[in-house]
Amino acid sequence: MTPASAIAADVAAGHTRAEDVIAAALHRIEAFNPRLNAFTAVTAARAKARVAAIDADIAAARPVGPLAGVPFAVKNLIDVAGLPTLAGARINRDHPPATHDATLVARLEHAGAVLVGALNMGEYAYDFTGENTHDGASRNPHDTTRMSGGSSGGSGSAVGGGMVPLALGSDTNGSIRVPSSFCGVFGLKPTYGRLSRAGSFPFVASLDHLGPFARTVQDLAIAYDAMQGADPLDPACAERPAEQVCPTLPEGIASLRIVRAGGYFRAGAAPEVLSALDTVAAALGASREIEIPEAARARAAAYVITASEGAALHLQRLRARAADFDPDVRDRLIAGALLPASVMVQAQKFRRWFRDAMRHMFRDVDAILAPATPCVAPLIGQKTFVLDGKEMPLRPNIGVYTQPISFIGLPVAAVPVMTDCGLPTAVQIIAAPWREDVALRIAQVLESAGIARAPEPPREF
Amino acid sequence: MNDKDLDDFITAGAALLGIPIVPEWKPAVRMHLAVSLTHAAAFVDFPLPDDAEPAPVFRP
Repeated sequence: MTPASAIAADVAAGHTRAEDVIAAALHRIEAFNPRLNAFTAVTAARAKARVAAIDADIAAARPVGPLAGVPFAVKNLIDVAGLPTLAGARINRDHPPATHDATLVARLEHAGAVLVGALNMGEYAYDFTGENTHDGASRNPHDTTRMSGGSSGGSGSAVGGGMVPLALGSDTNGSIRVPSSFCGVFGLKPTYGRLSRAGSFPFVASLDHLGPFARTVQDLAIAYDAMQGADPLDPACAERPAEQVCPTLPEGIASLRIVRAGGYFRAGAAPEVLSALDTVAAALGASREIEIPEAARARAAAYVITASEGAALHLQRLRARAADFDPDVRDRLIAGALLPASVMVQAQKFRRWFRDAMRHMFRDVDAILAPATPCVAPLIGQKTFVLDGKEMPLRPNIGVYTQPISFIGLPVAAVPVMTDCGLPTAVQIIAAPWREDVALRIAQVLESAGIARAPEPPREF
Repeated sequence: MNDKDLDDFITAGAALLGIPIVPEWKPAVRMHLAVSLTHAAAFVDFPLPDDAEPAPVFRP
């Protein structure tokens, strides 16, 4: 499908009308969504009003933004004025419609993008599968019997399936990077605090991030640049000026020290996942392998903080409406509510220790490569998989490689690579805090070399 | 802790928190609690100094 950058250039130059771009996107959604189940709402009336304004601006030679006429959609935990913010939950269907757009929706629209809908997700974002007991599973565009990944499954499915070139999701433990891997799209989990979360339904305040999905690195960077900037409405959003990455993308990687993560980050990965990682590493000349210290403990502490903070968020709902939750989510949240406070505090202390250890590591390296997921997309409904030779429950373990990294908020670009088994997987390019530019420059080199790409979906659906 | 101990803890804890728990939910809750406690055991004894500051710092 046409990249967002090309759409915006054509619209801005008057070669294409935004109205026609959006009509085509709505047509694709109508044609493909019945099989992919990525959208839970389509905002056609809103989009049509928006494109009329954009086309009028262009006719009057008024300036338009870098995403003029680009259709995008957002995970349904992100506020869209006029829609209840579902967060994948039945309970939230009783909420009144949002009165305002989330900060990131407003910033993308300010840049000319056009919202066309809200996207399916795992209930309350406590999910790596893309399954949803209320809305049904969002499906993998490369094999609709397989998982889209979660919890931003609809975002991966919508972009991977070519319905929209751009989507937003959230990532607490891997929920952008896992669907990027399963659906074969580029995803950016920025540094914790980089992008505003204002107007999104939370999950784990200590670990929640929002970020974009796209089919090219440039599209990811344009969207990311359009969304940067401080926001007093999100207490965790850093008071940093925007640091635009688009101008840095062509700089290449000659000066960068890129290494592979060994040990924990290779144990248990499927052969096709390791093969993709090794292909990427070879293309980048990343022959050195490093050991991230205490990665298993970092993952364990992220797991406990998630269970505990997530349970606290939902305690009132568990008391009043436990039976209305997705059973898989409910049982995990009840267990989380019972965890002793002392382990939660210790997890937060360990988090600072791990942050300091990784800061130290980043004195000697600029980027670390690791798999995004231990396997390619499993079958929808699959409950277990083999990890490191042992049969393990699937749902909590898909994020084994993503969870230690978001634990300390490092920026990660997930870059898709096609495997020999016909399904994509993604490699995490992990950079030092606030160095999204480094991760995206490396992603750009991989895309230009033809190593990383968002594969076109088969149109059997 | 064995399953009965965990079940007793779940029953008491859920009552304390006012979560109306149905008996059929207990095996899954127990499984998730056991997983989380196993994860907790992986880091609670990791040596940290007494003055180690938790990651979130509140700035008034």
